[in-house]
Amino acid sequence: MDFTLRIWRQENEQSKGRFEIYKITNVSADSSFLEMLDLLNQQLVDKFEMPICFDHDCREGICGACGLYINGRPHGPDDAITTCQLHMRKFKDGDTIVIEPWRARPFPIIKDLVVDRTALDKIIEAGGYISVNTGGVPDANEIPISKKNADIAMDAASCIGCGACVAACKNASAMLFVSAKISQFAMLPQGRIEAKERVKRMIDKMDELGFGNCTNTGACEAECPKEISLTHIARLNREYFAAKIS
Amino acid sequence: MAILNSKIPEGPLEQKWNNYKANQKLVNPANKRKLDVIVVGTGLAGASASASLGELGFNVKTFCYQDSPRRAHSIAAQGGINAAKNYQNDGDSIYRLFYDTIKGGDYRAREANVYRLAEVSNLIIDQCVAQGVPFAREYGGLLDNRSFGGALVSRTFYARGQTGQQLLLGVYSALMRQVNKGSVKLYTRHEMLNLVVIEGKARGIITRDLKTGKIERHFGHAVVIATGGYGNAFFLSTNAMGSNGSAVWQIYKKGAYFANPSFVQIHPTCIPVHGDFQSKLTLMSESLRNDGRIWVPGKKEDAEAIRNGKLKPTEIAEEDRDYYLERRYPAFGNLVPRDVASRAAKERCDAGYGVGTGLAVYLDFADAIKRQGKDVVEQRYGNLFQMYEKITDENPYETPMMIYPAIHYTMGGIWVDYELMTTIPGLYAIGEANFSDHGANRLGASALMQGLADGYFILPYTVQNYLSDEILVPRMSTDLPEFKEAEDEVIGRINRLMNIRGKESVDSFHRRFGLKLWDAVGMARNKEVLTKVIEDFKQMRKEFWKNIRIPGEQADMNPELEKAGRVADFIEIGELMARDALDREESCGGHFREEHQTDEGEALRNDKKFMYASAWEYKGEDKSPILHKEDLIYENIKVQTRNYKK
Repeated sequence: MDFTLRIWRQENEQSKGRFEIYKITNVSADSSFLEMLDLLNQQLVDKFEMPICFDHDCREGICGACGLYINGRPHGPDDAITTCQLHMRKFKDGDTIVIEPWRARPFPIIKDLVVDRTALDKIIEAGGYISVNTGGVPDANEIPISKKNADIAMDAASCIGCGACVAACKNASAMLFVSAKISQFAMLPQGRIEAKERVKRMIDKMDELGFGNCTNTGACEAECPKEISLTHIARLNREYFAAKIS
Repeated sequence: MAILNSKIPEGPLEQKWNNYKANQKLVNPANKRKLDVIVVGTGLAGASASASLGELGFNVKTFCYQDSPRRAHSIAAQGGINAAKNYQNDGDSIYRLFYDTIKGGDYRAREANVYRLAEVSNLIIDQCVAQGVPFAREYGGLLDNRSFGGALVSRTFYARGQTGQQLLLGVYSALMRQVNKGSVKLYTRHEMLNLVVIEGKARGIITRDLKTGKIERHFGHAVVIATGGYGNAFFLSTNAMGSNGSAVWQIYKKGAYFANPSFVQIHPTCIPVHGDFQSKLTLMSESLRNDGRIWVPGKKEDAEAIRNGKLKPTEIAEEDRDYYLERRYPAFGNLVPRDVASRAAKERCDAGYGVGTGLAVYLDFADAIKRQGKDVVEQRYGNLFQMYEKITDENPYETPMMIYPAIHYTMGGIWVDYELMTTIPGLYAIGEANFSDHGANRLGASALMQGLADGYFILPYTVQNYLSDEILVPRMSTDLPEFKEAEDEVIGRINRLMNIRGKESVDSFHRRFGLKLWDAVGMARNKEVLTKVIEDFKQMRKEFWKNIRIPGEQADMNPELEKAGRVADFIEIGELMARDALDREESCGGHFREEHQTDEGEALRNDKKFMYASAWEYKGEDKSPILHKEDLIYENIKVQTRNYKK
């Protein structure tokens, strides 16, 4: 397959970025999107030019490192996958593909398609944990948890922290990300102890870091590679109100 | 020549760890604040160690090459984590987990370490549940278990097909809590490139900031290496793209012994290689072998027809299928250990019965779907089936999956004693980075167990036994000549790499090297090929340093430079792997020497001559390393031929 690629290139946070156009030919339909970029980078190295920088690591859709804005959609045209799981068979021969980094104020560009998502770590740092030290905890089966609740907690916990929800949102809100962690702990008895403090601290931190507000457009849910539901945002709001009025 | 002292505590096996803890030295809370500990890596081992040491009050500096500690490759582990809880009342116990692990490792692991691992396994599950890890549960609200290879009990705890992710996010949250408290300082996008040794003790590391290229010096009273395995030496593996052996290799060059480098795990259930553009291989969890049946056509002509696209697997009649694992190993069937399952797949494919490209076998769920319904299968493995379909464009609910073995894990690693200390005082290696617990073959769901055991429950104790003697040592200045020297080495090497300006890209070289390594030190090894490949690797090393091309600048984000440094180390690691495989004139676990097999093609150990862990000492570039041997003594377990047939 042959493609025309319009790729965002930017030296660093301060410099002005621009689109560059590259032609690529003989791409296997079975190769992944990132393998297609590997091939392009190989050609750039052959010409002694600087390859395109992009974040990636596990290449099996779980580490959350990769994230490209492809033809106007986070992680590209397929549903429920990360960029590294996108395959070229999802495109048509001869397509032009536009590739951009996540664009959100809390995610400054480091280089080309690589952005700084430390802000997501900062939100977790503010309260995304249950405060137990190592050792001295009860037996794992001491507190039964209904399968239903454990399953909801697992649905929420499957968030990979890639930032697609923020990139998809017109307000650059991190509500889906925050709600995934809040919801996971809200469904578990272990998480209830600190629930009120946790939700206040995480929301405050999210606001402080410059993420926008949620206006319920649902773009985050539509683009989430792990299909995390808006229901979790509803639960987050409920937790937040409950924490504020008590 | 130093003598290896494994420092195994006195007393009966089941009391060794308690005896150790009762007699070890501890550091008082006021002194902990004055002591700095460096931890490199934020996978299960590194993050749990960092969090636990931070909670205790030590001043921790934690490094990872990823943009966030939550991305470490422990996250990709799918199937589960073992523990001897015996919640299923099916006869499990600490002794049985210990026994299965030693036997699964083909009697090449240290008894005392493995027993301790089994002992602390139960604490890990308690800890994770307290952290909010959403393990799978039964309708009554209690924890669910499933079976994994090499065990006759169900002792594996899991969180769908994402157990590694959930455990890692658990330790990540504990780590971030300490970052918030200020007891852990986090350095992301930092790669360790050298170790600083002062008066024989590990005292710091040199790192490169991957955003800016800045070289930095960091001091620690002790240094902990938790950087995982070196499986990416093979280019194609189930490791993450950035997983590397560089930290481990740098400490080897500074005097830490490297143990059992040839013990590599080849995982039987991976999506087969299907093109030369491929950048990595994807694992399909071993848990699939609970319900999936592995087979190839029983007739060669059927296999050929399938390869040519003239026949579909669903058209092969039941009696014309060869469920070769069930046939060869009736007792364990599809749940034989990984090394056995991998070799059996290779044997069938080499004999001409392979499907797909010829290097693939079927993993079939038709029976499970018929027996339990599609819903049950979907609930258990849905995300794995979806992952398979995204990659291969085939629906495993309708046609059997195709799988083939691939490089997955390295049992070999830095030699450590009972305290997890390397041969350099003050330097520790934990998790996959060390060699300690899995012998010649690791059982499924045991890597997560070991990483968390080391980081939560072992290192935080043993490191104090060392640090208690360091309380009077003030924080050292990084202006000391030893720091400068180590930094100069790093800068010199980077300059050398940048100035080669040759013709071949790093990836292209790595792909060639990896294939050669796979052919010689992969699933089957022999003297002739190993002897030759050692010379080939020496030649390739020279070629690399003459002909690599790295565009861009040192003082900038430069992934080509990062990869070049890692591949330079992989070439040398590959050479040591081949040396170790050549030395070990026997077959055991994942190490299969073609010269040493039974008439039935099973691995043939030589306990008289090789019941030792090899520990290699670096002697300088172009000099042969020296082999030390730690004899393995089994007092609590009867050494037998591994038998999964009955």
